[in-house]
Parts: sequence; structure tokens; C-alpha cells
Amino acid sequence: MTAPLLEVADLNAWYGKSHILHGVTFRIEANEIVSLLGRNGVGRSTTIKAVMGDVRPRGSIRFKGEEVAGLKPHETARRGLGYVPETRDIFPGLTVRQNLILGEKPGRANRRWTMADMFRIFPRLEERADTPGGVLSGGEQKMLAICRTLMGDPDLIMVDEPTEGLSPMMVEHMGRLLEEIARRGVAILLVEQKLTIALKISHRLYVMGHGRIVWEGAPAALETATDVRREWLEV
Amino acid sequence: MLEILAFSTLNGVLYGMLLFMLASGLTLVFSMMGVLNFAHVSFYMLGAYFGFEIERRLGFWPGFVIAPIAVGAIGAAVERFGLRRLHRLGHVSELLFTFGLAFVIEQLVEMIWGKLPVDYRVPPSLDFVAFRLFDTTYPAYKVFMLATAVAMFAALFVVLKRTRVGLVIQAALTHPEMVAMLGHDVPRVFMLVFGAGAALAGLAGAIAGPALVTQPTMAALLGPILFVVIVVGGLGSLAGAFVASLLIGLVQTFAVAMNGSLAALFGPVAPPGLGDLWQVTVAQLAPILPYLLLVVILIVRPTGLMGTRET
Repeated sequence: MTAPLLEVADLNAWYGKSHILHGVTFRIEANEIVSLLGRNGVGRSTTIKAVMGDVRPRGSIRFKGEEVAGLKPHETARRGLGYVPETRDIFPGLTVRQNLILGEKPGRANRRWTMADMFRIFPRLEERADTPGGVLSGGEQKMLAICRTLMGDPDLIMVDEPTEGLSPMMVEHMGRLLEEIARRGVAILLVEQKLTIALKISHRLYVMGHGRIVWEGAPAALETATDVRREWLEV
Repeated sequence: MLEILAFSTLNGVLYGMLLFMLASGLTLVFSMMGVLNFAHVSFYMLGAYFGFEIERRLGFWPGFVIAPIAVGAIGAAVERFGLRRLHRLGHVSELLFTFGLAFVIEQLVEMIWGKLPVDYRVPPSLDFVAFRLFDTTYPAYKVFMLATAVAMFAALFVVLKRTRVGLVIQAALTHPEMVAMLGHDVPRVFMLVFGAGAALAGLAGAIAGPALVTQPTMAALLGPILFVVIVVGGLGSLAGAFVASLLIGLVQTFAVAMNGSLAALFGPVAPPGLGDLWQVTVAQLAPILPYLLLVVILIVRPTGLMGTRET
């Protein structure tokens, strides 16, 4: 058995003096779609920020067998970890095409994705290729943010709240995009508050509460585990 | 009259472009790092002194090339070993650091070159009359300064708009964290921008030194005007800095050329209580005009001409 693609063990993190993560442990195998669920404020986003190095972590983060805890965000990214923040962070003054170009990493050839792929998967981006990113709709910006990260050819992409604020049609589109990403051999960590697409496309799920992992299992198991859903997920 | 108009415009544009060589670096660094670099004009002064020192030994042209590079290297080192370490302590520490650095540079310059102006001269190869208009001559050196400033402006534009590094810089202006998450080394980009900004200031100093006066107070003399430029243009806006540089360049040169006063306009007898004010000429007011403009802009449009954030 080979080592997992990403293996996080006993991860602790702080914002100033407040202790946010209390020993988070999880793993993601190659080609796997994994969801990290939980209510607002339980530390889901902090977990991926700590993995990226944007928040200073304590604990072990092994990616492709190498310890990456303590690396700077750009160093983590260059090792093949991609992150799409909840806030999308499109560069508003740059065109859609320029946003995508900036996704490419210096000195790293992209084996999986070309700009043509992005335009084929999401034709709307091609129509708007020369428009400033800032004028795109929320849903389009979300797609652009994901495509931009893919241009850096990550082996694992961590997407924070991909469906938040999207119309039902866009949610379905997003689900298809994520499955297409997985088909190309990119592992996905989905960070979600709602179960909408998480139950449909994930292989495994983790539920977080109070800065820890409180449940782990398959989508079918979560559908029947009403106590877990009531205690940790439903509002 | 036409003569004054033509030459004032030429000189105003020249002065404005010179201001822009300084303002562009200052405003880029400000929008990326949130630091108003008080030592920026000191880099300009260093450029002039380095240019002078190299001119004495090797001639003007080697100085024209080497001085900006040397100043740029100093700027990059200041970012790498000074500002970057202070960054986590917040903007006040960084501001105080650049403030102190400005004093240190001024004192060092006085220690090495003395308090009196140095003899930094226009090179013989550029010491001739470029053209004659209405019986007034215009020196070739000024044309050379203008050409250098325009070339620098074009180069800056091409780098920012047409290269990958330029895209990274533009993106890092608003979202530095995201740029890092995409695998770009943002601190290194900061260092390069700081160094390039210092090099531009150094270049401005190296070419302005022979035309203006190279002395230890040259930084302190230009500093306030520079801050007026970037506040009037809008903090962090490159286009705004360009417009404001030209505006202030033109306002100042035109004001200096005008001898009009209230007395000239309405007759020599002043209303009671306005005796002295009645005689003041526009030329005498010229030095305070930029600051008046600053006050007016801050009242009418606090974000500056093209800025988006409150100053």
C-alpha cells in the first residue's frame, strides 16, 4: 500500500491567541474526492489555510510523502497543492485570460490542462476571455477561480465552498466540472457547509466540529447517520 | 506670450515627467506593500551623488548606467533586510524605518560629499543648443532628460502590461495572498518592485543632478512635492500619479513665469487691510500652489484624482 497523497496528523492552528484547530487528522488518496463538512466557524477554512501555509500550523502535513508543514504558501503551491478560496479572489483589473495565465506556475509544465481545455469545459470563459475578471458574475468568477488554479497543474485541489451563492443550474454545472477534474487524475478536497454536491460526488466525507474531526465515513453512511447530521451539520 | 507658453509647457512637462519617475515607484510600492516610503527621495539624491562620483572618475555615461543600478541594488537590500523583517510588526514600524533611513542617508551624504553643492555638470556631448524658438534657445540636455523620462515611462508601461512579471505585480496590488497561493514568490516580487522603484528614483537623480543642484538638501526639497503628487493622483494609482505629476509640473512652471498680481489686475491702490497681499505676484505664490492644490483636492475628492481609497 502506498502512502496517501495528503496526510494531515494532529494539526493545530491559532488566530492570534485563539486556538482554532485542536488536532485535526485526515488523509486524501490519489484520485479521491473527499469532503470536509461542518458549520460555519468550526475551522474548515482554517484547516486548508494551514495546509497551504497561509496560517502557521503545528503538527504534521505530508504531501506526496514530503513534510510541507511550515512551508510558505508559494512553496506549498509549487509542490502541487492547489487552493481555491471561498472569496474567489479574482484579480479584478486583469482579463479572464490574464487571470488564467497567472495560474500557470513558473518553471512547471502543465501536463493535464491547457487553456483550450478550460474554454471547452466552460465556454462562457472563452466568450469573456478579454473582459476584466471583476465584471464577471459570482458563479463565473467561481469557475474562473477553479480553472485558474487548475492551470497550475495541481495534484490535489482544495475548493472552499464551491457552490455557495450559485443558482441551481450553476451548482449542477459545478458538480460536473469537479467530476471532470477528478477524471483527469486530480484529487479534490471539497470544503462545504451544505451537503448538496458533497454527498453526490464524494468518495469519503469528514465532519468537523469545534476544531476537530468528529465523524468520518462514506456518503451512504452519512445519509443514514441522522444523529451526526443533526448534531454537527443541520442548522 | 506664445514664447512663454511654449517654453513653460516644455519645462512643465519635463518637470512633471521627472516627478513621475519618482512618483511611479513610490505609488507602486505603496499599493503593493502598504508602505509610504519616506526614503524614496533619498534614493533620488543617492542617484545624483552616485552619478556625480562616477562622472568624476569614468565620465557621465557610465554614471548614467551604473548609478541607477547601484541605487536599485541598495533599494532591494533595504526591502530584503529591513522592511521584510519589520513587516509583521505593522505599518507604523515600517514607516518609522523609512523615515529614519531618510535621515541616515542625508547624514551619510553630508559626511562623504559635504554640505555644499557638488560640481555635477552637464556632459560636453550634450552641452549644446538643441533648437531655437522665437529667439530663445533650448538646451540639448533638457531634451535628453525628457527623452529619458519618456523612454522610462514606455518601458514601465510595457513591463506592467505586456509581461508576465507585470501581470504578477498588477495582481499582487490587490490580492497578494492569492498570488502566492498560485505559486508565485510574492516577497521576491516585492523586493524587485522596491528595487526597481529605487532604480527609477536613482535614474531621475542621475539625470536631474547636472540640471538642478546636487546638494544634501535636494531630497528634503523634493519630498513634500512628491507626496503632493501621489496624494493628488490618488494613493496607489499609477495613472493618477502620471496625471498629477504633469499637472503639478505644469502648474509650477507656469506660475513661476507669471508676473501678474492683484495690483496689476485691479490697479495699484489696495483695499484697506490687503496692502501686502495686493502686491504678491503669481510667481511668488508658485511654491505654495501645489499645497493649495492638495488642500482643494482633499476637500473635493479625498481619494485623489484617480484613487479608490481614502487617503
